[in-house]
Amino acid sequence: MARYEIFVTYKQGIFDPPGATAERALANLGYDEVESVKIGKYIRIEVADGPNEMTRVAEMCDKLLANPVIEEYRIVDAEGSVSAR
Amino acid sequence: MRFGVVRFPGSNCEQDIVIACRYLGIDVDYVWHGDTDIAGFDAIVLPGGFSYGDYIRTGAVARFSPVMGEVVRFAERGGPVLGVCNGFQILTEAHMLPGAMLRNRGLKFICETVPLRVERNVCQWVDLAEGTVVRIPINHNEGNFTADAETLARLDANGQVVLRYCEPDGTRAPGGSAPNGSTDDIAGICNERGNVFGLMPHPERVVDPEASGTDGQPFFTTIVARLAGV
Repeated sequence: MARYEIFVTYKQGIFDPPGATAERALANLGYDEVESVKIGKYIRIEVADGPNEMTRVAEMCDKLLANPVIEEYRIVDAEGSVSAR
Repeated sequence: MRFGVVRFPGSNCEQDIVIACRYLGIDVDYVWHGDTDIAGFDAIVLPGGFSYGDYIRTGAVARFSPVMGEVVRFAERGGPVLGVCNGFQILTEAHMLPGAMLRNRGLKFICETVPLRVERNVCQWVDLAEGTVVRIPINHNEGNFTADAETLARLDANGQVVLRYCEPDGTRAPGGSAPNGSTDDIAGICNERGNVFGLMPHPERVVDPEASGTDGQPFFTTIVARLAGV
C-alpha cells in the first residue's frame, strides 16, 4: 500500500472567494502582516502497490479530483517526492 | 417532439422542468442517470440541484454518470441539450461548454429574481432580440463563471454569450451587474454550434403567468418550434 497526499489550489489569476474572505477577516483581526491567503483542498489517497502509481494518481487528478480549467495540484508521495501540474 | 430530463442523485429541479414542459404542451419524461439509452428523446435537459452532493466540485461527479456518455454523443450529433443551474455546472465539467464555476463572490447562496440581457447569439434555444431584458430567478452558491481571456474573447466573437446579468433597464453597471461576481456578467453560454446551452437562471420557474410570469417560456418553446421546422 502506498499513500499519496494531494493539494489542489486555484491557478494563478483565478479569484479564490474563500481565500479573499479569510484574508479580509485576518486583517480585521489585526494581522496586518498577512499579504495573501489561498484556500484549497487536501486529499489523501491510499493505493495498492503497483506500476506507474504516481502517473495514475496524476491521471485521477486530471480526470476528477481537480479541474484543469481553474485548478492546479501537487502530489506528494510517502518519500516526499513531488509531482505537480 | 419529446424532452428527456435527466435525474441525477441529488437533482431537485427535475420536477419543475417536467411541470413547466407539460404546462407548455411539451411531451416530456424523466431519464435515469444510470441509463445508457436516450433514444426517442429530441432534446435533453440537465436540471438544477445538487448532483452527488456537490462533492469535489459542482457537477464533477455527475459528469461521469453512465447517461452522460450518451448525452455527449447526442450533442455531437447536433441534438439540443439544455443545462440549468447544476445542469450548466455539469456541462462545464464535462467540457461540453468552456469555462468553470467558482463560489459566488460574496460566498453567499443567492436566491433572487434578476434581470438578464439577451446578447447577440447563435444559440438554438433562444430567438429573443438582442437587448431584450427578461427577469428570471437564480438560486445557487457556485454561479461565478470564469474562463481565461482567450476563451472569453472567443465566446464573444462567436456569439456564444447568450445571457448577461444586467440592471433593470438592460445596461450593465461599470463594476459589474452579476450578483455572484460572474466574469463579464455572464449568466448563460452556448457551444459554437448553438445546440448546447447552459444558464444559471431557472427559466422553468417563470412559465405560468398565474404564478410568476412568462419570461421563461421562450427558453423551452423556441427549440420546439425550431425542431418542428416552424
